[in-house]
Amino acid sequence: MSNKVILKAEGLRKTFKLSKKQQNIQKTKEKVKVAVDRLDFEAYEGEIFGILGPNGAGKTTTLRMLSTLIKPDSGDAWIDGASIVKNPEIVREKIGFLTSELKLEEFFTPNYLFDFFSELHGVKPEERDARKKAMFERFAIDEFAEVKVANMSTGMKQKTSLVISLVHNPDIIIFDEPTNGLDVLTARIVTDFLQELKAEGKTIILSTHIFSLVEKLCDRVGIVMDGRMVVCDTLENLTKDCDLEDKFFEICENLTSSEDNTKESEAR
Amino acid sequence: MKSDLFTIMKKEFARFFGDKRMIMTAIMPGILIYVLYTFMGSGFSEMYATDEDYVYQVNVVNMPQVMTGISEIENINIANVEETEIEDIKTQIREDATELLVVFPADFDEAYLNGPRGMSVSLVAPNVEIYYDSADTESAGAYKILVSYLDVLEEAQANIFDICSGEKEYDLASDEDVSAMIISMIMPMLVLMMLFNGCLATAVESIAGEKERGTIATLLVTPMKRRDLALGKVISLSAIGLISGISSFVGIMLSLPNLMGGSGLENMSFGYTIKDYAVLLLVIISTTFVIVGMISILSTFAKSVKEATSMATPLMVVVTLTGLSNMMGMPEDWYMYLVPIYNTAQCMNGVFSMDYQMLPVVVTVVANVLFSGVFVVVLTKMFNSERIMYT
Repeated sequence: MSNKVILKAEGLRKTFKLSKKQQNIQKTKEKVKVAVDRLDFEAYEGEIFGILGPNGAGKTTTLRMLSTLIKPDSGDAWIDGASIVKNPEIVREKIGFLTSELKLEEFFTPNYLFDFFSELHGVKPEERDARKKAMFERFAIDEFAEVKVANMSTGMKQKTSLVISLVHNPDIIIFDEPTNGLDVLTARIVTDFLQELKAEGKTIILSTHIFSLVEKLCDRVGIVMDGRMVVCDTLENLTKDCDLEDKFFEICENLTSSEDNTKESEAR
Repeated sequence: MKSDLFTIMKKEFARFFGDKRMIMTAIMPGILIYVLYTFMGSGFSEMYATDEDYVYQVNVVNMPQVMTGISEIENINIANVEETEIEDIKTQIREDATELLVVFPADFDEAYLNGPRGMSVSLVAPNVEIYYDSADTESAGAYKILVSYLDVLEEAQANIFDICSGEKEYDLASDEDVSAMIISMIMPMLVLMMLFNGCLATAVESIAGEKERGTIATLLVTPMKRRDLALGKVISLSAIGLISGISSFVGIMLSLPNLMGGSGLENMSFGYTIKDYAVLLLVIISTTFVIVGMISILSTFAKSVKEATSMATPLMVVVTLTGLSNMMGMPEDWYMYLVPIYNTAQCMNGVFSMDYQMLPVVVTVVANVLFSGVFVVVLTKMFNSERIMYT
């Protein structure tokens, strides 16, 4: 891990309009939901940076902004010097993004899809073929290379998605809940692979709500609650006195009590 | 840019040509139209055809002397009946037991021989009542024979002049002209309808389907420009839609003579030149881009294939009805050809009726290409809109 800042987010903010139905479900009269609220953080080259938080905290929205799928209302982030707002196409060249939202066309085979996405990323044929061979062997996809995605098991589909998202061998990899929905064997393959990527010097930004995954993989952690980054520190510092889970709940409690105090003083 | 555009097009073609069901969906309408129209044509022919040896039963009340010659017609059997039997015979006609009942006035001979000059102004011409069943082919056939016989009888008494009598051919329209007129009336609507249907299935599947399945988002995280995605989709989907449209077009053209067989136009002949077909193809290709552009925009708005298909239904009605606009006559002003779909219907009408100018065709093609360009720009903007793409 170097000291070079490869990702810098400044004041990222994203809101979504709430429909009447959503307002009723969330029991609120607010017409706008703040998903991410002025988020600042940095990630260093070669590290695994974990974004930890409960469901609805804004982790996925943050990663979707970083991967340029959606635009921030305000703020910006620079990935290897490219702005996600001003140069989204350059950002997309530099990153590999994997989320369960992104699906592969089930009509095609892994072989076809690897070639197709390689072409879109401008990978040269020789490089593509060598990489395809290595990745297919690494994930045991080679036997299924000519099987349509529709006919594959969930685990195999997930592995294929992972491989396809990395066809261009990106230096910065963004994974949203990388082990979600995977069986223990496939989850293990994915976590081992993330460690291999780190060893190769890649920077990995991942979001999760699984403490053990963060403890196993991450160098630094940002804890996100209600769209705000409440803590951002090294794993070592965060787990100095207790394990990550205890630390997380301690932060939650502190946050809740300080919010209660603010409300009480406002009421007075 | 070029490379990404071709990559998208290659993928769309691989998706289409790799799926036998999709190929069948595109080509089947043409085959089905041919089979269906041929069956319909032969059905109509049989429905309106009567056996040559059939003898019509004609019941006559007060048979006049001047009509005795009718019994010489081979396939007519005359039965003289009384006035009291009229109601019974009407019932028999309704039940298809007999074909015709003719009721002459009692003094028909006298009135006929005196002729119109013998009648005073106050006299009303004698009325011959013919009861028949138009839904029964034989009864309708007998009615036609009787009416034409009576017409001849009437003309013989009061003939001042004839119009187009004799064996000469007075209608100077060629078989090609007649065929062209019939085709120009129905083809624009049929072609537009078939083209729309052909484009609908593939465009909705390719855009709304990809959106619904989450596969389009996977494309949107690649460095490819949204414009290349939009253009690649529109070009490839137009080509696929065109295959379907041409299949239907060929099906219709081949089946028309069979379909028209029942209306006595079985000798349809097409006098179209290579130039006519080239103009037609040019107009159809440019129209396919417009249709695919419109459907693609609707599909991008929709959240699912089902929603996109529902949204496209009113558009299909408008397009089909516009295909009938040729019934209102061709516009004289060139700028009317700037209106998409309407311009296509008018151009096709001109080509099919073998009466067209090149200026409207050029205006149509240019307008269609420009509209397609606008649709691609709109589509690109939509692909860039997270509100549309991720909701």
